[in-house]
Amino acid sequence: MAIGSLFIIAISAIFINNFVLIKFLGICPFMGVSKKLDSALGMGGAVIFVMTIASAVTWTVQRYVLDKHGLQYLQTIVFIVVIASLVQFIEMFLQKSIPDLYKALGIFLPLITTNCAILGVTIMNITEKYSFIGAVVNGLSAGIGFTLALVMMAGIREKLDLADIPAALKGVPITFITASLMSLAFMGFSGMKIG
Amino acid sequence: MTAALVLGILGLLLGLALALASKAFYVEKDERIEKVEQVLPQANCGACGYAGCASFAEAVVKGEAEISGCIPGGSDTAAAIAGILGKKASQSEKIVAVVHCRGDINAMRNRFEYQGIKDCNAAMLLHGGDVDCLYGCLGYYSCVEACPFDAMDKTENGGVRVNEEKCVGCGVCVDACPKKIIELKKASKKVDVLCSSRDKGGDVMKVCKVGCIGCKKCEKACPVDAIKVTGNLARIDYDICISCGKCAEVCPTHVIDDKLAALFPGGKRIPPVIEPEKCIGCTICAKNCPSDAIRGKVKEIHEIDPEKCVACGICVEKCPKDAIRWHEE
Repeated sequence: MAIGSLFIIAISAIFINNFVLIKFLGICPFMGVSKKLDSALGMGGAVIFVMTIASAVTWTVQRYVLDKHGLQYLQTIVFIVVIASLVQFIEMFLQKSIPDLYKALGIFLPLITTNCAILGVTIMNITEKYSFIGAVVNGLSAGIGFTLALVMMAGIREKLDLADIPAALKGVPITFITASLMSLAFMGFSGMKIG
Repeated sequence: MTAALVLGILGLLLGLALALASKAFYVEKDERIEKVEQVLPQANCGACGYAGCASFAEAVVKGEAEISGCIPGGSDTAAAIAGILGKKASQSEKIVAVVHCRGDINAMRNRFEYQGIKDCNAAMLLHGGDVDCLYGCLGYYSCVEACPFDAMDKTENGGVRVNEEKCVGCGVCVDACPKKIIELKKASKKVDVLCSSRDKGGDVMKVCKVGCIGCKKCEKACPVDAIKVTGNLARIDYDICISCGKCAEVCPTHVIDDKLAALFPGGKRIPPVIEPEKCIGCTICAKNCPSDAIRGKVKEIHEIDPEKCVACGICVEKCPKDAIRWHEE
């Protein structure tokens, strides 16, 4: 696959079809771990990591197991099972082999096991009929897009803590309003035409 | 049929893979961490600077934290940890909290009638509380509530006193007090100024009978210049203080508390004496005496000069032969 089309996949996944702000997937961690910048970075790292590997593995499973036996309707359940065990496996592997990375990702790794954003990206890989490399790039970029949104949100929320907000809007409400404004801003990318 | 088969086989394979992986990637945890954790107080007070007893245990085993880092555990815990790690414990001195106020709080609630919740931090928000003295204890016992070791006693006049037997020096009360009148100090220091008022002498007298009026008598009485009056308030530098109690003797408002003197009958310190038959003339007592009150040559019997002696009791503790004892009337 040409470098150009991979670039388009990447840009599209990071900005135009940003998983959080345009597709509204993974809202739970987006609200949950965006209070502090460093935990947002940790979560983002874990998501990038898992999305990339999950893309590669589920693409293979789809191509060589499901497609072969005509079992496309089992996609959701098979993907969930595969991703869940994959994350468990990665966790064990990291703890043994790369303890530093395990510490950095920490609690976030098991947290995103069954996140809809992960499942979303893997299913999107199939519906968009990406090649293997395309799927991996899509997973990686979707993770980067997720991290981008999360880190931006964390930065804004850290500032919001100091702002004078009306009592009724304090906490979650103002966060949702902020998220919707960010989402509107990202909608601007959808007018872009690449290629 | 194929669906069930594929899903079943997939689940079986993944399960097997995970089971194998958990064996292959089994991480051995340092068993000493668990052992250290068991000897810790499990109060998770955070006085060591770590998130809790578990993370402190990990840090100690890795050598990142001091063996004596657990303040609540004190020297017993330090010794136990040292035993597990095969290291020597550095002596950790017992730390206790001291409340710098002994005012009659119940008699001083005259500023207004406070009807809010009984909590110092809440009372503090309302013009600094209803107690006349703006520097002293509020008497709503936030520190008593906060203390994880039940070491803060309510006094009969509405204030608080630290029970040094139970206190472990974790510092939770220090943070709980909105007036910031609680301080941590070494338990071996027996003399404290129990007042925090920075008002001028006359203003203090108007609201409180046992307040520091900044008369500086203590400053003059101190043999080692450990007590200083700054901003109308006497404060003891515990690093210099020898706990002689001279300041407490001269204080006109009796705001300086001498815990050592309180142990003597009549509340006055009486110098200890050296038993001639036990003294071997090792000079350890003379070297440790803060007021230079012990005389005697090497290998000869030593004597305490009652004029110079401040009855601090250091020599009684230091004598290797137990030859120094408190004078008995």
